[in-house]
Formats: sequence, structure tokens, C-alpha cells
Amino acid sequence: MELWFTEKHIENARFSIKIKKQLFSEQSQFQRIDILESYNFGKILVLDGYLMITEKDEFIYHEMITHVPMAVNPEIKDVLVIGAGDGGTIRELTRYKTIQKIDMVEIDEMVVKTCKKYIPQTASKLDDSRVNIYFEDGLKYVRSKKEEYDLIIVDSTDPFGPGEGLFTKEFYGNCYKALKENGILINQHESPYYPKDALAMQKAHKKIKSVFPLAYVYQAHIPTYPSGHWLFGFASKGFNPVDDLKAQKWNSLGLKTRYYNTELHKGCFALPNYVKELLKNA
Amino acid sequence: MEQKKAPIYEALLKHKLERIVHFDVPGHKGGRGNKELTEFLGENCLKVDVNSMKPLDNLNHPVSVIKYAQELAAEAFGANSCFFIVNGTTAAVQAMVMSVCKAGEKIIMPRNVHKSAINALVLSGAIPVYVNPGINKRLGIALGMSIIDIEKTIKKNPDAKAILVNNPTYYGICSNLRKIVEIAHKYNMMVLVDEAHGTHFYFEENLPVSAMEAGADMAAVSMHKTGGSLTQSSILLCGENVNSDYIRQVINLTQTTSASYLLLSSLDLARKNLVLNGKEIIRKIIELSQYARDEINKLGGYYAFSKELIDRDAIYDFDITKLSVNTRDIGLSGVEVYDILRDEYGIQIEFGDLSNILAVISSGDRDMEIERLVSALYEIKRIYSKDSTSIYDHNYINPEVVYTPQKAFYSNKKSVPIKNSKGKISGEFIMAYPPGIPILAPGERITEEIIDYIIYNKEKGSLLMGTEDMNIENIKVMEE
Repeated sequence: MELWFTEKHIENARFSIKIKKQLFSEQSQFQRIDILESYNFGKILVLDGYLMITEKDEFIYHEMITHVPMAVNPEIKDVLVIGAGDGGTIRELTRYKTIQKIDMVEIDEMVVKTCKKYIPQTASKLDDSRVNIYFEDGLKYVRSKKEEYDLIIVDSTDPFGPGEGLFTKEFYGNCYKALKENGILINQHESPYYPKDALAMQKAHKKIKSVFPLAYVYQAHIPTYPSGHWLFGFASKGFNPVDDLKAQKWNSLGLKTRYYNTELHKGCFALPNYVKELLKNA
Repeated sequence: MEQKKAPIYEALLKHKLERIVHFDVPGHKGGRGNKELTEFLGENCLKVDVNSMKPLDNLNHPVSVIKYAQELAAEAFGANSCFFIVNGTTAAVQAMVMSVCKAGEKIIMPRNVHKSAINALVLSGAIPVYVNPGINKRLGIALGMSIIDIEKTIKKNPDAKAILVNNPTYYGICSNLRKIVEIAHKYNMMVLVDEAHGTHFYFEENLPVSAMEAGADMAAVSMHKTGGSLTQSSILLCGENVNSDYIRQVINLTQTTSASYLLLSSLDLARKNLVLNGKEIIRKIIELSQYARDEINKLGGYYAFSKELIDRDAIYDFDITKLSVNTRDIGLSGVEVYDILRDEYGIQIEFGDLSNILAVISSGDRDMEIERLVSALYEIKRIYSKDSTSIYDHNYINPEVVYTPQKAFYSNKKSVPIKNSKGKISGEFIMAYPPGIPILAPGERITEEIIDYIIYNKEKGSLLMGTEDMNIENIKVMEE
């Protein structure tokens, strides 16, 4: 018997992974959650049929969404993470002893419970004493916060389904207000390649740009995401992600990473022409 | 009766299976004749866009499935009889008015009725006797009808044939319907209720009393507004004092002879859904609205009003499913907030007036949409709020009715610039839409206050309409 997980990337292009077995499948209040065990990618988290992470390449996503802002402002102490139910982003953040508080707001408790049970590789640090998990709507959570965080990371699903509210102008505006004077907002910024993703990417950029004085985009190569070409947003109230990079300081921490390094940091903000064009026309 | 049944829907399903060959209208013949439209709307939709035929009955003379569906709806709404309307609730309101008063006969109504009611007067030649609805100065909204005013008006006009009540208003305000019925019936007047915004009253006992339950004689119910049927579909309910065969004739004066089965089946299924699941759906709506109100009131600067307004008179009751929010204290008009929500945040609400916005919450809403609305309102306050003293504090002007709407509408008229029209008698309507309540109706004297109000509305970005002049610069007035 052959069992394949297939995700439709566009109408006429699909991505398939051969599966050993299905470990978990349940409908939560918000979405369908599946955990699959594959031959080549380890365990895989799938939400509403969309691949979220695989054990094989999650390090790329999680390193890039955390170390980029941390290397720009190593003084970051208070962090808000929205989404991130798999725990990978939290795992990377807990490596910084200087971070004092990590508030994590995930709408779906079942995602966290499931990842703790099946994917400890990412969920292992969710019990760190600095981590406070709130199971509620991210948009609602930030509404009541004012100048409380140095860094907000939006580690969300796509802009359809339960993550929709995290791609709105009202959300970015509320984040701006929740950030301190030197605050940084990092967000999962979709992909520039396939048209539907590219449109979501453009819309997100346009909205963030209208709220933050500085808004940049950086890229990473994530093999199991549609097209493999993925973007993150770096918006701030003052920091420039390249000029303000504290390379020496970050390297002195001695953190061992498999994808991120400070040379790549400078390079990842250099974008292909077609992406620059898309951003310009956003 | 078997409320699980949906006779029109079931007849259409059967019709589809029979694969009838069509040499009748509509000419698209199940969509084959218009491929682009079929692709857009879906084959299922086009396949049931059919004309009246034997197994599908005829709306103008119902004897089988439509008759049965109407009877089911009558039972569901506690009415003696029910008519399906496919020309909008406008047609239902007009049928009510035209069936109770002929040319020259009087009808009592509040002035803040929807234009469809005054249009009915233009068509029928009936004479309106207006009852001034109170106004809440703080909120800038017209209220319900006070019993004292109604009694006074009835005693002064004992020859009036009927009284039309707008219940609930767009904002959710209800009058003392039971008492109005009692008084009106004592004076042999019919009670007609424009219940366009009250479909849900019939399916949850914790909401204000519905027209049929209060003993009203007729009610126009916009099923498409909160009942879940397709836009333009509506129902007209009749009580036991009404000769429903005559009502059908009046409806048929203006209703199409090619009633859309898409609309009819949507009424059929909406009724079924409301009977079977209405209570649960409405409770969820109430919960969402209450949550939204609480969150919005926490933001400061906004006032999402509710039952605390009730005074057992002109605000006899309040519909808590409505999310009406007063925006004055953030220094923005409702129209401005409406525009910012639409243009900057991609959120479409029902309408904004000079000092309020109205968001419709329905079974289609989820927590996420509510969170977005609340957060966007917070952002608007944070970014756009202004000093609040510049907001106009009036929004109801008591009209001086000089001629009946019909006489004025059909008189010899000339066009003059609105700003020079003071003292003249209007030959047409001017209204902001929505809500569609006329600022001026045909036959009313134009005053300086009205001109100022129109100009202020235009400045604030209200969508004005009604005049022949599409730019609302000129108005047709009666020649003297």
C-alpha cells in the first residue's frame, strides 16, 4: 500500500510526500489537525490540509523568524509570539538568556497539545519558565496591550482560515501600539512565487508599510513550502535590519545554528528583481 | 404542518431530475445559452432558474407547491396567511398601504418611514398623517412612536384607515406594538407593520414582540435581511381581519408575472431553517452582538447602545441583535467611520449616518469577524479621532406637509438649485441611502434647516439620492 500526502500548490501543480503512517487526525474548534510520519521529512504537521512544518526543514523557518531580529537588537527582553503552536519559534527564542518574558498567543490549544505529544523536536521548550501561553485570538490579545514588547513575531498560518485576522491592517496597527519605542515586528510573509501567495504577500506588505515607518522583507529557502521561496517581514519603529546588525555581538553569543549566520543576514534582505517589483507595486 | 418540508425546493429538485425539454422561457435554457454566466453563478443555479409551470405552481395564482410553502410560512410566523414577495420588501410595504387606503383616505405613520411607504402614497394618492417620532439628542436617532402621540393623532383623525408602524427601526428601536394595536382596533383602524428588520423576532422569545404576535393586521418582513434568504425576497404576513384574496389582487397589480424560483426557493429554505434552527442561530447572534457591544464600549469614545435606552414609551423595547454604535465622542461622523472601515480596513458595514454606524450581525458571522471589527474601530479611534464639538446634533426635522405626495409628485414642477429652494414645495424625494428615510418627501415645504442639513450630509460624504438630478445640486419644486 502506498500512502501519499499531497498539497495542491496551485491548480495544476502539486507537492507530494510519501507517508509511513498517520499518527493523529482530529478536527479542533478551528481547523483540522493532522500529524503524519514520512520517510524523508520526519514528522509533519498539517493544518486544514496545508503543510505547516516538517522535522526535516523546520529549522530554516524557525531560525530565520527569530535570529534576524535578535541580531539587530540583542537587548530584546519582552517578546510576544502570535501563533507558533508547534513551538519551534519559542525553542529558538529560549536560547537567549537575555530574554526575560515570552508571551505566546495561540488560538488553538489542540495544536499545542498535539505538537507536545508528537513533535517534541519543536515543542520541547514550551514549558520554559519564561513562556506564558494564552489560548485566544491574537487580534483580541494585542488590542489591550500598549508599549509592552520589544519584539512581536507573527508566526501565523495563511491569510485564509483561522489566521486571517493576523493579516489585517487593524492587527498590524494594534501591534504597532503594543510595541515599545524601538520595537520590531516580524511576520510570516507568504511567498512571492505563485500568484495567490504573491497577492497575499503584496497585500500584507502594503498594510505593514502603512503602519510602520520602516518595513523590509527578507527571504529564505524552505524546501517543503510552495515554490520553496519564502518571505518574512521585518518592520520596526527605528531599527534598520542591515545597518543596525550587531554581528559581532551576536556571534559572541556562540549560538550554534544550521541555516542562519550574520553574513546570510545581510544577504537575505537582497531580493530578486521580480520580488522587488512586486513589493514596489504592492 | 410538516415544517421540515420545503415544497418549492423539493419541486425544483424533482424538476431537475426529470430532464424536461424546454421550449419555454427563460431563453438561457438551463444555462446552455449563456456559458459565461453559468460558469460564474454555477450550473445548479441556472438549472433551477425556470418559469412557472404545472408542477412548480404560479406565484400570481398559487394552487399547489407555492400555496403549500406560503401556508407553511404563515404557520411558522403565526400569521393567518402569507405571501411570498419577489420585488423586495418595498413591494410588500406598498401592497400593505394600497390594500387599506384608496386615494384621498388617510393613513397615520411616523415620518421616519422607509421611502417605500411614501412611494406607496404617491402611487395610491392616500394622505399621510405624520406622527413625530421622538429624537434622542445624544444619539441623533429617531425613536419609536409614543402612545400619547398616537392617541392624540387618532382622536384628531378618526377617519384614518390605518396606522403604519416602523418596528423595529433600523437601529433596533421598538414601539409598544400591543398597545398600538389595541388603540387602533378600538377606532377601527388597521395596523400595518414595516417589520423589514424584524424577521428574527418570530423565532426567539427573548426578543421584542413580533407584529403577528402583537395582533397587527399585516406585516412586511424582509426575510433576506436577517432571515437568510436571497436579496430581494420578502414575505407579507396577514392577520385574521384581512381578506387575503383581495391582498393577492393588490400584490398582483405591481408584482412580476415571472417570479424567480431562485428567490422563491430561498424563501422556502430560509423558513425551514428558521423553524428548525432559528432559536440556536439567534442565540448565537445575540451572544456575538453582546460581546461586540461590551468590547466596543471598553474602547472608549464609542457608545454601542442597547437595552439601557428603554423608557417604556418611545423606546418601548430594543432589539439586542443590532449592533448600533454612536461615534460622536471620537469626533467622527458615522459616515466617516463607515468610509474608513470600508476603504482602509476592508470592512463593509450596513450604514453610517451623521453620528452612528450600524453593523448587521447574522448567522454568517464568526468570532474572527467580530474581533476584526472591534480592532479596526480601536485603530480608527487611535489614528483618526478628532475634537467632537463639530458634530451636528440633530437628525430629525419635522416636515410641513402642504400637499399629498401624489399631488406634489405629479404636479407641474421646475428645477431650482437646492440652495435657492427655501420656502418652495418639494416635488421629489431626497434621502440618504441607506437608511433610505426621506429628508424631504414630495409635497413638503423646504426650509433653511432642511437645506443646511442636506448640505451638511453631502459634506460628510453621505450617499444622497432621490432627485432627478443625479448630482443632487438641483431639486424639482412645485410651480406656484
